This record gives sequence, C-alpha cells and structure tokens, in this order.
Amino acid sequence: MLLMLIRRVLLGLVTVCLVSLIIFAGVEILPGDACTQYLGEYQADEDLLEQCRKDLDLNRPAIDRFSEWAGGAVTGDLGLAVDGQTKISTIVGDRLKNSLLLALCAMIVGVPLALLLGVITGLWRDRLPDLIASTLAIFAMTIPEFVSATLLILIFSIWLGWLPGIVLTSAGAPASEFFPEILLPVIVLSLVMCAHIMRMVRSSVIEVMASDYVQMATLKGVPYWQMVFRHALPNALLPAINVVALTIAWLLGGVVVIEVVFNYPGLGRLMIDSISDRDLPVVQSIALIVASVYVCVNLAADLLTMLANPKLRTMYTRK
Amino acid sequence: MAGVIAPPIGRNSRGVTVFRDLVSRPSGAIGLALVIFHILLALTSPYLVPFDYKLQNSSMMLTGPDNVHWLGADHLGRDVFSRTLMGGREALLVTGVATPLAVIWGGFIGILFGLVGGRLDEVLMRVVDAFLSLPWILKMLVLIVTFGTGVEVLIPTLAFFYGIPVIRIARAATHDVIARDFVWAAKARGHGRISIIWRELLPNVLDTLMVEGAMRWSWMLLAFSSLSFLGFGVSPPTPDWGLMISDARGFMSFAPWGVIGPVIALSSLIIGINLTADALAKALGIDRAQKAPM
Repeated sequence: MLLMLIRRVLLGLVTVCLVSLIIFAGVEILPGDACTQYLGEYQADEDLLEQCRKDLDLNRPAIDRFSEWAGGAVTGDLGLAVDGQTKISTIVGDRLKNSLLLALCAMIVGVPLALLLGVITGLWRDRLPDLIASTLAIFAMTIPEFVSATLLILIFSIWLGWLPGIVLTSAGAPASEFFPEILLPVIVLSLVMCAHIMRMVRSSVIEVMASDYVQMATLKGVPYWQMVFRHALPNALLPAINVVALTIAWLLGGVVVIEVVFNYPGLGRLMIDSISDRDLPVVQSIALIVASVYVCVNLAADLLTMLANPKLRTMYTRK
Repeated sequence: MAGVIAPPIGRNSRGVTVFRDLVSRPSGAIGLALVIFHILLALTSPYLVPFDYKLQNSSMMLTGPDNVHWLGADHLGRDVFSRTLMGGREALLVTGVATPLAVIWGGFIGILFGLVGGRLDEVLMRVVDAFLSLPWILKMLVLIVTFGTGVEVLIPTLAFFYGIPVIRIARAATHDVIARDFVWAAKARGHGRISIIWRELLPNVLDTLMVEGAMRWSWMLLAFSSLSFLGFGVSPPTPDWGLMISDARGFMSFAPWGVIGPVIALSSLIIGINLTADALAKALGIDRAQKAPM
C-alpha cells in the first residue's frame, strides 16, 4: 500500500518534470525568441539583437537556462515577463486566484447537482426523468461553450436583463467584487461539468444496481432505499472522484473560451493574451502551473479512490 | 463482441449488421441523418446559396430577416443565410482530414507499444501523460501563432495533438486483446510483429478505434470552432460558424439573427456526430459513458 502510494507520487513528479522539459524545449525549438519579439521583427538589426540576447542571458546553453528556470519555479520564482520588469508571479498570482474562484463556484453548483441527477437518472433508467436529463446532458456536453454562453447572454442579460453579461471587474479586485458578474460564467461552466459527471455517475449507478451484491441484499429483504444508500451508492459514487478531478483540472486550465466570452480576468485569458503577444516566459509559467495542477488533482483523486475502496486498497498488497 | 477474428466475409456482414443496428436506434438514425445532411450541404452549398458570401452591401448592414434575406444581414451587410450554409465547409474539411490522421497515427503507435511493452512503453506513456496535462488550447495556439492559421497548419496540428490520447486508448485495447490465445498462436506460428499487428490485433482493436474516432471528430470540431471564435482559425472573409458567432456577438442586443443561424448549424452538426458516436458505441457493444471526458 505504502509502496503503491510512493510509486504513484513519484510517477506524478516524473510527469511534471517531463512537462517542464516539453514546455521549455517547445519554446526553444519554435522560431523567434524574446529578443526578436521585444525589439520587433523588422527594426531589429543584428547588433541590437546580439546586445539584447547578452542582456537577457539568452546566449548561454539551453541546459543552464533550463535548470535555472526550473529551479526558480520550484521556489515560486517564475522570472520576469518579456518587458523585463514585471514579475510573472504577481501577474499570474491574481489570475490564478480568479480562476480558482470561478472553479470553486462552478463546483459548488455543479458537483452536488450532477451527483443528484446522476443517481436519479441511474435509478430510474429509461424513464421520463432519465430521458429528459440525459438528453439535456448531451446538449450541454456537446454544444461548444461559446455557443451556450452566447445564448445565455442573449436570453438572461439582453432579453430578460436579469444578470450582467460581461465581467468588468479588474484582475486585482477582491473576490467579493466579482458578484454578480461571475454568475453567468459559473452557470455555463457548471452546466458543462454537470453533464459530464452526471453521465458518469448514471452509468456507474446502473452497473452497481445490476451487481450481485445488490441482488443479494434485495433477496435478503433489505428495504429498497436502505439498500440504495448503504450498499449501492457508496460504490457507485467512487468512480465520480476521478471525473470530478479531471473537471477541476479542466476548470483551471481549459476554460479559455468562457473567460474570453465573459471578459473574465482568469488564467485562461492571460494565457491567450500572452500567446498573442508572444510573451513566452508567461506562457511557460502558465503551462507549468496548469500542468502541475492537473497532475496533482489526478494524483489526489487516485489516492482518494484507493483509500475509499477496500478492493483497490488490498489489491496491491495481495500481489 | 469481436472475441474471435472473423473471416473476411464475416467481417463484411458484421459491418452490415452493425450499420443496421446503428440506424435502428433513434439516436443513431437522427445523428447519422444530421451528419450526412451537413456533409452534403458542405459539398453543394456553393451552388445553392442565394447570394455571394463575401458580397458586402453597406445599405443593409444589420437589417433583419425578410423575404429576400431569410436570416438578415451581418455588420458588413452580407447575407447571413448564405454564409450560414457555407460556414461548415472549412470546419468539415479540416476535421474530416485531421480525424482519420489522428486515429491512424495514434492507433498505430498505441498498438505497437502495447505489443512491445517494457521500458520503452513506460517512457512513452509518461510522455503521453505530460502532453495530456497541458491544456489543449495552449499547445495548439503556440503552434498556430508561430506558423500561421492556414489549413496546412491546422490539419497537422489538430491531427498531432488529437492523436495523443488515441495512443492511450489503443494501447489499453491492445492489452485487452494481447493475452488472448489467438495472439499466442500467431506468435507460436512464427508471425512477425507487423503481421501480428495487422492480422490479429488491428481487427480486434478496430471497434474501439472507430468509436474513439467518432468522438475525436466531435471534439476536434469543437476545438476548431473555438479557435475560429477566438480568431485563430479561419481567416475572413471565408464564412465559418465560430467566426460568424464571434463577429455577430457584439451586435447581439439589436441584431440577434446574426448569431442564431450559425448557432443552430454548428450545434446540430456536433450533436449529430455525438449521437452517431453514441449509437455506434452501443451497436458495437462498447459503453461510451464509462470513459473520462477528456
């Protein structure tokens, strides 16, 4: 068990190291560097470029620079943005906080709703509530986020005028100032994640309800609801942990489109802006943060599942 | 399911049975109809449209729907109906080429490493994990910003990044098959690796890959239209639903018709693909809902 834990954590670490290598190598291989960007592609002559590269230490071998960058990142020092003055950790810090806020709100709404709907649709499979919820889930999952976001803005902020359709709060503002502007993005995000988690929970409830031990409990005369809550649900909800983890990672890194639609100052929009500006140091930092979050969240989910599931817990010791 | 390798004739007739099963499900029939409709529309729309998609008419900027312009005009006075009809062509072209490419290269690598196993396989899986932990949009945007937004950049980029998760799926499916007797038998008969992949593994992994391909297609379409929406996909004046929605969004409060046409078109295509993928998975006996959303 302990060995398994250690192995899993080490694998996570290896993945993060590989990611940082890929990110760094990717930026190295791509044509152009901070200096061609900073000086502009047309006006820079060779002497200026050379001077700039010397100033920024770009002439040292890549390995040196990589170890310096990675070493700094471990201690929380992400270096400077392309303008050479702003510290990346301050730019990214605010955005990360805002992204966390958005993710947290979306999860508070989405996860309980998804679990509830998943259990309901799983228990009443192919009946009316299931058909309605499952069909809606397909729509929520498949329609691109910018489409559903646009439609919701059209309905709730333009036609009905209930909610603000765009976020005007600046990146550094405290969390409380984002209400009520944050509500529409939260609704869109929770719709999408709710649909994913619900489908997962539904199919695992169906699977568990068809299992031998549930049949056994029924045959022994355990009342239906007691059987559902004591025997079926604890097992059926376990796989949900992994999906929730994947969703968290997605919420923190992949919601670029929604942040752009609502003008929300989160990590995603910073990512897009810095890619457009070719501010590669910032891009590298965001990539590293998002990838680490992804690895950590997945690791946590795996460990939780292992701890909660006696079958998995003993599987490795028995071997 | 595909427990045994069927002889060539049996394979064909299985295809027919699967197709019948697919069409007999309401979701499969509706989904397939939507997909076929969109493909036909993409092929024929240049000859069907009532107006030139790039014809600008400043006197009718943002005018509402009427008998001549069924969906009104956009902010440059172009006919929204014509542009909506043609707005899926680029998306279908790019994703239609990139999806098979992704499934082929991802599937091949996945089967190969699943078969070979060992250290190399371990290393490859870590690299795959590392790639998957980066947000898709970041990986793609970095390449697109560097190399441009043309079709010749978008197709390889999408095919490359969407092939990576396929490696995982194909490898897992290969592991399921590889312990079966007929693979041992083939090894015992002295078949080489290529022959085992081609004749023993591929037919059995193909079901999974087909469903995977259908799902990838819808995700790729989503990615493509999101890129267009963000301004990194199709370049104007080529009509594209993502770009059209992005353009029309600013005028939505007084000219919502610019958004509604492309919204319906894009949604119906993506839902069609998903319904088809769902029905295909059920017809082949693979449950899709069990898979993680990424």
